[in-house]
Amino acid sequence: MARKPAASKDAADKGATPNVSKDELLKFYRDMLLIRRFEEKAGQLYGMGLIGGFCHLYIGQEAVVVGLEAAAEEGDKRITSYRDHGHMLACGMDPGGVMAELTGREGGYSKGKGGSMHMFSKEKHFYGGHGIVAAQVPLGAGLAFADKYLGNGRVTFTYFGDGAANQGQVYETYNMAELWDLPVIFVIENNQYAMGMSVRRSTKSTSFFGRGEAFGIAGEQVDGMDVLAVKAAGEKAVAHCRAGKGPYILEVMTYRYRGHSMSDPAKYRTREEVQKMRDERDAIENVRELLLQGKHATEDDLKAIDKEIKDIVNQAAEFSKESPEPSLDELWTDIYADDPATQNA
Amino acid sequence: MATEILMPALSPTMEEGTLAKWLKKEGDTVSAGDILAEIETDKATMEFEAVDEGILGKILIAEGTQGVKVNTPIAVMVDEGESADDIAAPAPAAASAPVSTESESTPATIAAQAAPAPAPAANVSPDWPEGTKMKTMTVREALREAMDEEMARDETVFLMGEEVGEYQGAYKISQGLLDKYGPRRVVDTPISEIGFAGIGVGAAFGGLRPIVEFMTFNFAMQAIDQIINSAAKTLYMSGGQMGAPMVFRGPNGAAARVGAQHSQDYAAWYAQIPGLKVVMPYSAADAKGLMKTAIRDPNPVIFLENEILYGRSFEVPEVEDFTIPFGKAKIERPGKDVTLISFGISVGHALAAAETLAAEGIDAEVINLRSLRPLDYGTVLESVKKTNRVVTVEEGFPVASIGNHLSAYIMENAFDYLDAPVINCTGKDVPMPYAANLEKHALITPAEVVEAVKKVTYK
Repeated sequence: MARKPAASKDAADKGATPNVSKDELLKFYRDMLLIRRFEEKAGQLYGMGLIGGFCHLYIGQEAVVVGLEAAAEEGDKRITSYRDHGHMLACGMDPGGVMAELTGREGGYSKGKGGSMHMFSKEKHFYGGHGIVAAQVPLGAGLAFADKYLGNGRVTFTYFGDGAANQGQVYETYNMAELWDLPVIFVIENNQYAMGMSVRRSTKSTSFFGRGEAFGIAGEQVDGMDVLAVKAAGEKAVAHCRAGKGPYILEVMTYRYRGHSMSDPAKYRTREEVQKMRDERDAIENVRELLLQGKHATEDDLKAIDKEIKDIVNQAAEFSKESPEPSLDELWTDIYADDPATQNA
Repeated sequence: MATEILMPALSPTMEEGTLAKWLKKEGDTVSAGDILAEIETDKATMEFEAVDEGILGKILIAEGTQGVKVNTPIAVMVDEGESADDIAAPAPAAASAPVSTESESTPATIAAQAAPAPAPAANVSPDWPEGTKMKTMTVREALREAMDEEMARDETVFLMGEEVGEYQGAYKISQGLLDKYGPRRVVDTPISEIGFAGIGVGAAFGGLRPIVEFMTFNFAMQAIDQIINSAAKTLYMSGGQMGAPMVFRGPNGAAARVGAQHSQDYAAWYAQIPGLKVVMPYSAADAKGLMKTAIRDPNPVIFLENEILYGRSFEVPEVEDFTIPFGKAKIERPGKDVTLISFGISVGHALAAAETLAAEGIDAEVINLRSLRPLDYGTVLESVKKTNRVVTVEEGFPVASIGNHLSAYIMENAFDYLDAPVINCTGKDVPMPYAANLEKHALITPAEVVEAVKKVTYK
């Protein structure tokens, strides 16, 4: 197969091995594989009717969150859209809690009241999980506003897609973020399709990171199928923000293998296009080859990891089926922070 | 180990579908992600992917079969070495279907409850002790003083909005605050309502206590998604993990001669939303006490001010740290013949009408609700039971108004006490006109309130 991992290609260009440790490569492999297997399982549970409503899978885009999490420090924040399972797993949230939220159970991160699109973890500094396209962008800048106000040195990763990048509130936010030097990294996950609308059909000038120039915001485009490149760009962006230089834009070029949501007939692109990405650019395969080529791991080692991940995902799925539905009392809690059940008509 | 492949649900509403075409045949090796079959739903033809690797051992449902129910086994996957022939037609495994919701089996006792509210009791304690020293101040001064006191008290409280800083406030509510607290805590924003409202909500998620000023609430419509979807719903969606303790404030309702786009009362809009608290002060004392409570409240609060009231003077108690709890109405004028229920600037109309009525021998009780969510149903019911006649008075549009809601509530809870149908006095069902004479007619007037009272008292 004519696979050429981007990372090893870069390395070949520089005439050196990629500057990455065996442990880090293994962690990338493991973390990305967890997301992929988790999402495959979620798709399966959806098919069985255990997950309802909207369910947006992250398969294909794993290197984006895994690379950027490698650039984050404890206490940094993240916020994203409704395609959020990968972000949650990458920041260390429990797969069982995430899956149980997908099945609408008591053991879910939001006690079953949020669902696939609305999960949060104060402990892991994950601020959702937002269902209105681009609404998370000002929210993310607001988190950064709070961090700057409190002077705590934290940065916020604010993820959104190429579809959201055409919403007006993104540009209101760019302006204020730069005006106030907010420590926020705007991560545009450009998977090339806003639901079924290709970037080519939706957008005249397709350099999304370049739009930051109009606001004085620095940015760059990154190969989102190469986890090492994502991490390197993330570190640069984090350093920029932590130095008090204001926001930074990363346009991460990626690809979603699955449909927009579960009920996507996928007529807007060819099967060949998807297959080509899977065969030639797959982020997990890239790392797998780096591990094998660099003799960091044997096929057997990787098989053992595959099994380990499969077990984690199966346990999460089991938990999500066994966890009971929330008690009906939950209907009336968490409406108001001070008085849970009343205060309404 | 053989695994069944079940007919998948491919949309939120799919119950059955047509197995249009098999793209793999028995004996084919399958990798995760390979397209196994095409399935037609009511919406579209969808590709169905394999989740695990293996060999397609047996096809149980032939292509072209219609009406295949979700979760019916359609094929069997086997591992290498196993043969499809080894497999006895598997008993349809009990697909762990989602557990039925209890509400189906239990009579809708809990789920159907409109609200688990206890029987409301009227809170009739006065806002301040008798004999308290009073001072005269405008609503504007009262709002400023409340924000000033709370900013001094809590370092995480900050004010943001258009012209709140260097301009000293479009309506001078924030006058002097920039000088006192500096640009870190009094933040001038560009004209970007959804942007700065969203930044405010994010800052609240991040541990601050924002006061977001809208120059008027008309402009908050640009930001209403952030107010409702982000601020009001996050506590619930996160299972109680995080919410938005903050205040959205600014003038609401008609000013004078500013036309349709700048003259609207949003009370009923926001009062409809669970997760928001909604208050609308009338007097300077209301403004001060409610604003301090709003800033301390751990929920998003919609604070609806009124431009015409800003310059009006009232008595405010000289009490240290004066607050008014939400959900506590004020009886502005006790009476026995009819209850006028109002809030915000309309309380003034109700009081003026009560004066006129008094001269004609009708003794009206005027209730100033002050807070619309939570709402003081106890005080409303107690008054209805005393006077048996009700007129509601508000500036907003008539359809789905606060008055409509109160009428329904009173009908459900005090029907036998009513001696006449409740009348809702509201603004007219028209966009606000510019011409002075038309504008006057579009708004609620004391004369209309007097007329309504005469109807319910059959005078």
